[in-house]
This record gives sequence, structure tokens and C-alpha cells, in this order.
Amino acid sequence: MTHRLARMSSLSRDDVAHLAGLARIELSDAELDRMVGELGVILESVAKVQQAPTDGVAPMSHPMPLTNVTRPDVVRPTLGAEAALAGAPEAEQQRFSVPRILDED
Amino acid sequence: MTDLPTDLTRATASALADALAAGTVSSVEVTQAHLDRIAAVDGQVHSYLHVDTEGAIAQAREVDERRRAGESLGALAGVPIAVKDVMTTKGVPTTCGSKMLEGWIPPYDATVVTKLREAGLPILGKTNMDEFAMGSSTEHSAYGPSRNPWDLERIPGGSGGGSSSVLASFQAPLATGTDTGGSIRQPAAVTATVGTKPTYGGVSRYGLVALASSLDQAGPCGRTVLDTALLHAVMGGHDPMDSTSIDAPVPPVVEAARAADVKGMRIGVVKELGGEGYQPGVRARFDESVALLQELGAEVVEVSCPNFEYALAAYYLILPSEASSNLAKFDAMRYGLRVLPEGVDDPSAEQVMAATRDAGFGPEVKRRIILGTYALSSGYYDAYYGSAQKVRALIAQDFDNAYGRVDVLVSPTAPTTAFKLGDKLEDPMAMYLNDIATIPANLAGVPGMSIPSGLADEDGLPAGIQILAPATKDERLYSVGAALEAALVDRWGGPILDRAPALGDAAAVKGA
Repeated sequence: MTHRLARMSSLSRDDVAHLAGLARIELSDAELDRMVGELGVILESVAKVQQAPTDGVAPMSHPMPLTNVTRPDVVRPTLGAEAALAGAPEAEQQRFSVPRILDED
Repeated sequence: MTDLPTDLTRATASALADALAAGTVSSVEVTQAHLDRIAAVDGQVHSYLHVDTEGAIAQAREVDERRRAGESLGALAGVPIAVKDVMTTKGVPTTCGSKMLEGWIPPYDATVVTKLREAGLPILGKTNMDEFAMGSSTEHSAYGPSRNPWDLERIPGGSGGGSSSVLASFQAPLATGTDTGGSIRQPAAVTATVGTKPTYGGVSRYGLVALASSLDQAGPCGRTVLDTALLHAVMGGHDPMDSTSIDAPVPPVVEAARAADVKGMRIGVVKELGGEGYQPGVRARFDESVALLQELGAEVVEVSCPNFEYALAAYYLILPSEASSNLAKFDAMRYGLRVLPEGVDDPSAEQVMAATRDAGFGPEVKRRIILGTYALSSGYYDAYYGSAQKVRALIAQDFDNAYGRVDVLVSPTAPTTAFKLGDKLEDPMAMYLNDIATIPANLAGVPGMSIPSGLADEDGLPAGIQILAPATKDERLYSVGAALEAALVDRWGGPILDRAPALGDAAAVKGA
């Protein structure tokens, strides 16, 4: 992706279209028009984090200290194929059936 | 032995539990009474997305049989409950308030649901919520909003407005919730019910549709502090299926609720939560509650948490960032909706995914996913997500400093009483401000509770007081909550929900 995003707090319509593409959401023209204005207002507001006295503060990603969790290496029941596929939009031969995954060119 | 009211739906969960244990009433009777109530009033309130009549009665019958057989049962065995639609229920639809999951029947139960089943609580149905828990009003539910039983033209809070309105309209004595930025506490405040967000990791997240994994916390909702504690004890505890679950027993919440003692406790009023932007009636009820706590023997001081000012901004960067990642799983491939793009022959998986996410997600979900995608994009990461994470550390530090001086903190739960449906729907920032007082607890992972503080003079609608405790000290919420509740109920001359207008009267259904 070579698209350059505009400066913060001033997203253009093209920027929002680009971001929607990255997020895999096909937005209509009307949705895009609306979203540009709304995101602008929200971004202006959340940019306030840049005014906080954060010099020398270590970022916090999680409320509790995280440690890796393991379990004993023993077999336990899992979902069977039928249950796992029960919610699939399309299934074939005990597998999820999906649209083509490669572009034609 | 507490006498049960003639109308079983007006009883507390604790009174129902006592009567069930004594054999003066059966779970089938109690469950059927609630199903009848749902049939009578949910057309007006719209709390439920799905009612599982057969499943609930079957579970009730099973509990009754186990009790007759002399089995030792849990404290809430036989007391029915409503489950927020964010929790997977095997064989029962789970939509999370989204078209993306319309008709999805999960093949497994969330750990919380497993615990409810094991404890013998019949599940009445699934409650409405803002889509994927994004919102403060249930207006972002793809299935239409729930209504506030105090005034059907007003919001019941969100995202857990289905659960709060269920309780306030007596359609269940207990309900579950999840709280990422206030989704248990704010709905409780605007409906005069009780709700607790436990310490992060206190209740398993396994089987909950994730919104923001570092903020999400499931918790109990009830009409009294003791009922809420009883449910907290059932829902909580270590779960090996959730790597962030706390490996320790549930704090002694029921004992604390029963003791209801604040003598000698140090209570801090958060200076930054309660000034400008807070409705006068909300502030007045809050000030009275604080004065009552003082009369009950607590020592009250003012505490400053200077970085709370930045909490809302940090939250609306961290949450969308985590949500944009969590919701990537809705890709139209393994479960949920699949929509083919119009006018495209032989579309690719990517095109199908994009068309599906456009059709399946509502406007608020799209807004937050795109905002999160931006906040995490290279070149902007440090300015937005990185700064937000540092603010998060500052907020945790503010809590640490405060808890060095006091045992608990208090503030109004929400800045206003319930607003009218539609009032803030077109203004995302105005909607976000509802959670200004509840968000800091999620960022730091500390537990919080909302209980009713009374009715605001200007509109006669419920206001809530929030109690916050240090991580893993959830029992302190119940000590303070139960003591204050007893004093307030004494002053009111009965439970506050007795003052809510009666439903079922056609004249009360203005435009519902």
C-alpha cells in the first residue's frame, strides 16, 4: 500500500476510503461522506492524549501482569466437525467452503 | 424466613433462593411467573432478543427434581436469570446485537454460562445490547433499542440496556453483563438497579464475544446489592480456558454484602468526577449519599486523580484499536453472515468479506473499526495508540496513589439521568461522554459498582453512585454498597423500584 495518510485530525475522504479498504469494509459513497466528518470530530477529541504528561512513562498494554499460561499435554474433548461447521455459510466435504482466494491477474 | 410477595417477579433473588431451599415454592413456579411477565411486558420494553421458554422450564424442572432427591444445591439454584447476548449459549441463538450473527447458534457455552447451568439457574433468554457492546443506549442494537421502564421514551443505558431493563421491569431477578467502559454500571445507574464490574480477570472471558480484550470484564447485575453479590460468587473464579483469569478464589463478596459495614472505612470522593457536565440532580443525590456514608461511620476525604481528564481520549483509542483486531474474525468464512457483492461475477474472498462487513456491521461498529485501523497504522501508532497506552499507565498510577490514602473511591456513575431515545444517536462524541466516570476503572482493571442514589429532582429519573476499589478487593464494593443501600432504602421507605411506573397499562405506552 503506497497511500499516504494525511496529517492527524484532518482525514480526507480518500484516507477514509483507504482505511475502510484496509479494514475490509466496502463503504457506500453516502457512508464515506458521513464517516469523514464524524471521524474528524472524534480524532480531534482523542488527540488530547498527546497533551498528557507522558514523558518518561512506560506504556501499559494490560491491567494485570501477563504470564504465559500452559496446560497439561493431555487429550481433551473438542468440537466435532459437524458442530464446528454448523454455523458456516457454506460447507463441503467436512470443510469450510470459501470463495476464490486469489485475484485473477 | 422472608415472606414472598404474591407476585413472584417482585421478589429479590435472595428471598427466592430462601423460599426455594425451604421448599415453599418450586423453580418451575418461579420461572413460569417470569416467563408470564415477559409475555405481558416485553412488547413494551424490548429487553430480550430471544426468550428460551422450553429451555428455562426444562432447567427449572431439573433443579426441582434434584432438590427433591435431596441433592446439595448452590445458593441460587432454581432462581432464573437473563443472559446478555454477548455470551455464547450452546443451542440458543447468540447475536451480540449484530446482523453479522443473526441466527447463529453457538456450538459451546461460555464459561460463565456453564457456571450458571451448574449452579442451577434457569436461563430465561438473551438480553439486548448495543451491537458488539459498542454504545451507551442500546440504540446501536441491530434489532432495535430496549426502553427504560421508568420512561419508555428513554434509553435504558448501554451496552447492557437489555439486562438493566429486564431487572427494572421485573422480567428476571438477575442478569449478566459485560463492562468494557461502563456497560454494566451506566445501565444500572439510569434504571435504578445494581451492577458490578469485577476486577479484570475476576470472571472468565471464555465464550464472550470480545470487544476490547484488555478492558472487557463480565459481571453480575441485580436489583439489590446482596443479590448482585450472590451472582458474583457464582460467575467468578479461575478459569483455565482464559489466560487472563485470576488464579485465586472469588473475593468474599457475599459476606461483605451481608455485613454491610463501613465503620472506620476511608472513602475518597474523586475531585475530577462530578463537577462541570454533571446534572444537578445527579450531583445532589451523590452528595446526600456521601453524607449518609459519613453518618454510617466512614471517613470521607477528597482525592485528586489528575490524569482522569485524559481517560476518555485514551479509551477511544485503545478500544477501537483492540476492537478492529478482534472483529477481524467476522470474515464471512466460518460462521455468521456471508453477503456477495452486487454486480461482481465470481467475487474473491476479499470482496465477499468487504461486502459482508458492510452489510453486517452497523454505523457505530464501522466507525470504531476504521478509527482503530487508523490509530494502529504505521506513522500514527506512536502519536495515538502509543500515547494512549502511556495515559493508561498514568491513570493506573492515579488509582495507586489514591488507594494509598483511601480504601474506596466514589463518584456519580453517569453524568446524567436517562436521555431520550434518539437524542445522542447522531453525535458520537456526546454518546461517548456517558462513560466518562466509568472508563478509568476499565483502563486500570480495578473493580467498580453502581447502586441507585435516588431520583433527580429535575426529571424524577434514577441516578447512580459509583464505588471503586483496588484490584482484587471487590468485597469492599459490597461493604459500601450494602451499607449505603440499607440507609437509602430506609430513607425512601422501600426499594426505589417500587416508585417506577407500572407497565402493562396501555395508557403508559406512549408511542411504544
